[in-house]
Amino acid sequence: MSTTSLTTGPSWAKVPRRHVPVLATLALLLVMYGIGVSQYRAFSNVQVVFNVFIDNGFLLVVAVGMTFVILTGGIDLSVGSVVAMTAMVSAWLLQSGLPALLVLVVALLIGPTLGFLMGCAIHFFDIQPFIVTLAGMFFARGMCTFISNASIPITDGFWTTMSQYRIGDPRGNFVSVSVLVAFAVVLVAAYVLAYTRLGRNVYAIGGNPQSALLMGLPVGRTRIAVYTISGLCSAIGGILLSFYTLSGAPLIGVGMELDVIAAVVIGGTVLTGGSGYVFGTVLGVLVLGVIQTLITFDGSLNSWWTKIVIGGLLFAFILLQRLIGIRYK
Amino acid sequence: MNRIKPLLGHRLFWPVAVLAVMLVANTIYRPGFLSIEVNNGHLYGTPIDILRLSAPLILVALGMTLVISTGGIDLSVGSICAISGAVACLYISKAPDQNSFGMVLTALAMALGVALVLGAWNGVLVSVIGIQPIIATLILMVAGRGLAQLITEGQIITINSGPYRAIGLGHFLTLPLAIFIALGAALLVAAFTRRTALGMIIESVGGNREASRLAGIRSGRVVFLVYVVSAACAAIAGFMMTANVSSADGNAAGLWVELDAILAVVIGGTSLAGGRFYLSGTILGALIIQTLTTTVYAMNISPQTALLFKAVVVIAVCLVQAPAFRARFSRRRRGTPPPPAPSPQRQKEEVPA
Repeated sequence: MSTTSLTTGPSWAKVPRRHVPVLATLALLLVMYGIGVSQYRAFSNVQVVFNVFIDNGFLLVVAVGMTFVILTGGIDLSVGSVVAMTAMVSAWLLQSGLPALLVLVVALLIGPTLGFLMGCAIHFFDIQPFIVTLAGMFFARGMCTFISNASIPITDGFWTTMSQYRIGDPRGNFVSVSVLVAFAVVLVAAYVLAYTRLGRNVYAIGGNPQSALLMGLPVGRTRIAVYTISGLCSAIGGILLSFYTLSGAPLIGVGMELDVIAAVVIGGTVLTGGSGYVFGTVLGVLVLGVIQTLITFDGSLNSWWTKIVIGGLLFAFILLQRLIGIRYK
Repeated sequence: MNRIKPLLGHRLFWPVAVLAVMLVANTIYRPGFLSIEVNNGHLYGTPIDILRLSAPLILVALGMTLVISTGGIDLSVGSICAISGAVACLYISKAPDQNSFGMVLTALAMALGVALVLGAWNGVLVSVIGIQPIIATLILMVAGRGLAQLITEGQIITINSGPYRAIGLGHFLTLPLAIFIALGAALLVAAFTRRTALGMIIESVGGNREASRLAGIRSGRVVFLVYVVSAACAAIAGFMMTANVSSADGNAAGLWVELDAILAVVIGGTSLAGGRFYLSGTILGALIIQTLTTTVYAMNISPQTALLFKAVVVIAVCLVQAPAFRARFSRRRRGTPPPPAPSPQRQKEEVPA
């Protein structure tokens, strides 16, 4: 599962097998973008691409966290609820008049704390990640409505500045601050996974936890760490979402975990762990974003086609992974 | 102590204890909780309500138990509920006479047929193509919601059909019909799995699929079968859910029922790693979940906040059932070394559910 190529000969001619899913996703993305450009004149506008990033910045951050968890062979169902809880808590604290910086710190601490606790439950008590994070999902969602049943608007100066600040070129194309934050998270995550000890441990545990343990790798610490990372990413995603919507709503992000898992899988990460890249996850999120944009541009298709298309893509990509023989348990 | 010990160790002890505690707490909070009265020849009361409302969950959880015992998982049941309900309601809403009994039967048969096809799709993905169950059924979970909305065209189909309504709200022998349907399904599944070799075959496939195949069991066929059964159970549950409200909503019908069903199965003591299943435990688990929901409603807490309580119960039940937790706990209490960890299972349980 190392990133160095094991193939010999002209490197451009032989694509390593584990790169095939990512390349397929890239090809799909280009084809979809091509279809969009050829069908709708406005689609070639650069702002369309920027908008995909603006609308999916928070999803991207959450998906990066999920990539860590899935690489170890686990799963985190709590992300959507944690995103909502973070947005909700920050809206609530801001409403009660706390300074923006303090709120930011508190909101960013909640997600990792919950993630840490879930990681501990998974590691120390040997309960399946599915069940633990399901409980985490219930807990976080319950906390949202416990805080308030209705959506809380955010009027804080820092938040509105962040929401409205546009970074762009003279021609009027722009991205929001969230996009930059998302990019930063992606770069850090890619670096951690590829070049640090923690990243190598994540791949090793995903490959085979028993062997990793026998090799003397800190399995428990790493496993707790990935759920904490996922919690942190969800918290950042929640902050970005509250920048985007300028409110905290108790029911926002319901079912988001499915989109996130779908994005990670479409991005070529194998659900049994041990194989995948952050870059693939970025592509996966972009594929989802472009599908939504295409359906919006078309206008005659209804929103439920998004779900059907995502389901179809999931099927195609899993079949692809299966055909090129990436290990499945 | 010696007499209590086997009781404490019984696999149904903790689920029963949790259910009993909840019932007692309810009765203390509201003394009339357990009272049942006769009205119009039908029995009414909170316990009856809990039984009636838990019927769809019991059905879904029964199918889920079989799937989980083969080491799989079926996330698509909620979507299948929505699709089968939508198909049945669409057919009924188009019929000239919505109260015709034969027409309702045709609608049910059609919807069940669709569900069986979807179950077969899941089964083929898992057993023939060999896709990991959680992801194979995730496909239908995502796409199925879209399909259900496609069938209802994004609308809520309302129907006015007496026979169909009876599935959810009808009475038989003073008790709601839904209870009998769930009970019948449970007995049927129990008879097929515990009175024939099928149950043991399913457990052996869950224990080790390849070894079972070498021992002469058609593992692939068994795995295929459990997904079809699960889809059929989900379809009947879908009929009940839509019949309860006489309308089909592609978006909301059966939403999150898969999570509740998995919870019910786990609370009932069936391991997500497969290889063992307990139908009675599953039914208890479903009753616990419904009792919890009803309790929370009765206390005037919003349904969403109810999730908070659910989280606490889930964690509590899972912790007391986790071998690692028990080992730690008993070591601390008695000062004796913990029993050897269940090492053969360990590696299996680390595989994501």
